[in-house]
Amino acid sequence: MSHGSGKLLVINNLYKAFGGETVLKGISLEVSRGETVAVIGPSGSGKSTLLRCVTMLETVDSGDIIVDGKTMTGNDENGKAVYSDKKQLKAIRLNCGLVFQNFNLFPHLSVMQNITEAPMSVLGLDKDRARETARALLLKMGLSGKEDSYPCQLSGGQQQRVSIARAMALNPQILFFDEPTSALDPELTGEILKAIRGLAAEKMTMVIVTHEMNFARDAADRVIFMDEGVIVEQGPAREVINNPKSERTRAFLSRVE
Amino acid sequence: MSKEAIVVLIKNMLEASAVTLEVFFLTLLFSLPLGLLFASLRMSKYKFIELLVRFYLLIMRGTPLILQLIFFYFLPSQLFGYGHGLPRFWAAILAFSLNYAAYFAEIYRGGIQSVPVGQHEAAAVLGLSKSRTFFKIILPQVVKNILPSMGNEFMTLVKDTALAQTIGVMEIFRLANSSASTNFSTLPIFVAGLFYLIMNSVVSNAFSFVGKKLDYYH
Repeated sequence: MSHGSGKLLVINNLYKAFGGETVLKGISLEVSRGETVAVIGPSGSGKSTLLRCVTMLETVDSGDIIVDGKTMTGNDENGKAVYSDKKQLKAIRLNCGLVFQNFNLFPHLSVMQNITEAPMSVLGLDKDRARETARALLLKMGLSGKEDSYPCQLSGGQQQRVSIARAMALNPQILFFDEPTSALDPELTGEILKAIRGLAAEKMTMVIVTHEMNFARDAADRVIFMDEGVIVEQGPAREVINNPKSERTRAFLSRVE
Repeated sequence: MSKEAIVVLIKNMLEASAVTLEVFFLTLLFSLPLGLLFASLRMSKYKFIELLVRFYLLIMRGTPLILQLIFFYFLPSQLFGYGHGLPRFWAAILAFSLNYAAYFAEIYRGGIQSVPVGQHEAAAVLGLSKSRTFFKIILPQVVKNILPSMGNEFMTLVKDTALAQTIGVMEIFRLANSSASTNFSTLPIFVAGLFYLIMNSVVSNAFSFVGKKLDYYH
């Protein structure tokens, strides 16, 4: 149920270091409900780390992360990150879906079992409800009839679509994608981008880390360019990609195109 | 050997193989869970515990099982000054269990660590609890990973039971040995070999069967 026009995701001055190296240097950004945001940038720019911090696969050193008005982490008097209690974090976790570059499907479970596992064991849905939802998602992803297949029997593109369905099964308010097409052969990239476009058309709020510039330009509302742990530039997708304001953005785009 | 002697031999072998099987199953009963305990302690975040367990694993895997058998048999008399050690059978179970637990611990640890970290991350992101993640997602994959190694260990254990004769446990090998010298014949040795072979065939087939069942995915 949407709660009006508040920002769905607010990140404020995020810092994250691994060992001695600072990977996120004061990242601040907001994502509105229904927006599709593409995050682009060179390897090592911190894009994946940013996603992993927001989905709680990593803990931040300092800064605020607020999802749908609920605080995930904030600073204490010394500027060190303090996370909310387990209950709040769990609620936030269920509101954020993540699609991995390597799919990370559970290989010993069928497609249906992969998708219904979390709704049943975490949300407590009964089997029939969970399977119904799963079937609807599989239909949306163009995978009807694959419910009893195992991941090893599917192509990369099909596996990634199952991944998307699995993330969506918990009905998250915001979906994160960590380079969803990078592990796929070029021919299979299209089916994923098509699936994501479908979600964008339904106004699903999404943050997509990607190397696909054309896709970022055409499917995203806003593009964020990150480099060396900072946001260098952000703005409407077409503007940033076609007419970048910063020299660094221009340099990156010319290298990639 | 005479026909009567052979019949007596077979009859005694069957009785002795009951002892062999007892040693086999009791060892597994204790060492399989004990190995899991050591594996988790081995992966403890407390350096002290990790080092202690690694030392234990080194000793148990680095010294001959036969020495460990003799050690545990005589240990109580060394410690408490009894006239005799533990009952032979239970000294054997103790030594075997501690020894095999060490091997299982390392096999479990390898199996657990070879499950890709992405599996843990996917489960975490979906909100699965730690125990649900372990039992529903990780453990099944570990079992499939470690099956071949475990099969090896089980078959080795069947054969290692013969070492129990060192501390006087009346199992197949001891029987075969004494029968061979009493009858001046190598036949008992072959008969013993046959018994071990039959037992290990069952183990081998059992593991093959489970392996095939788990082969529905890759």
